[in-house]
Amino acid sequence: MKFGVVVFPGSNCDADALHAVRDVMGQAARFLWHKDHDLRGVDCVVLPGGFSYGDYLRSGAIARFSPLMREVREFADRGGLVLGICNGFQVLLELGLLPGAMLRNKHLKFLCRYVHLRLENERTRFTHLGRKGQVLRIPIAHFDGNYYAPPETLKEIEDNGRVVFRYADADGRPTAEANVNGSLHNIAGLINAQGNVLGMMPHPERAAEPLLGSADGRVIFESLISKF
Amino acid sequence: MKVRILVSFKDSVLDPQGQTVKSALHTLGYAAVKDARQGKVFELDLAGVGRAEADRLVPEMADKVLANPIIEKFTWQIVEE
Repeated sequence: MKFGVVVFPGSNCDADALHAVRDVMGQAARFLWHKDHDLRGVDCVVLPGGFSYGDYLRSGAIARFSPLMREVREFADRGGLVLGICNGFQVLLELGLLPGAMLRNKHLKFLCRYVHLRLENERTRFTHLGRKGQVLRIPIAHFDGNYYAPPETLKEIEDNGRVVFRYADADGRPTAEANVNGSLHNIAGLINAQGNVLGMMPHPERAAEPLLGSADGRVIFESLISKF
Repeated sequence: MKVRILVSFKDSVLDPQGQTVKSALHTLGYAAVKDARQGKVFELDLAGVGRAEADRLVPEMADKVLANPIIEKFTWQIVEE
């Protein structure tokens, strides 16, 4: 499988993402410069974490206008696989490929720490090797991860099982205390209606090797690769 | 023409920064502050644009870029003809 990791000015998890899919997972992978107009035949686009354009205006708001994002949108519309991690998730929200928006974390703190996630939907291209209710320990590192959507959107998301990950405690209970950034319904990761675009605030690429403290993020890359 | 656009959170959206500003003001003894909302101000200098054109352009730019309509609202005014 061929991965393409998009590089914006200010991306800082691009090398980590490339390392995870290429060196750890053994797949073909390349960087894609945001000013290019060509996805170079990749099978999965990764929008990495970081601070594209310095988070100016709103997180992800400027990256959305990069020339390559037009290609990414068309690719997604044709059913191409897109994984947005952290800032990449924010870009997907600003682009409208996923519903809702991010607010500043509830206690106005940049949060850089491990969290526990409850896998809510294992019937996706990104999670089918996991099991429902499985608890994943994966780090977050963000300032704007407080997920918000208007009530009718939230209902549609929940009714259709589009919440893929929720912040939870170590036993997988989505409690208020475990909801570190204040997200509505503890939402940590979301998928689009077609099932080919996933956005998540936690960083699976930082949890792909035991040496780094956790390999719980691997299930996402393994799921993507195995069904390909 | 110069226009000023004020972007702020919708009333239905929690504004943690505004809340923090409010409690800071309370700490300083300004008990009269009932609520505080924080927003952003943009000033755009538009070339060769008349009033009718500004009426069309400014809301369009605010909707597309300056504000995120899911969480934010905006008002605008002409500050210099």
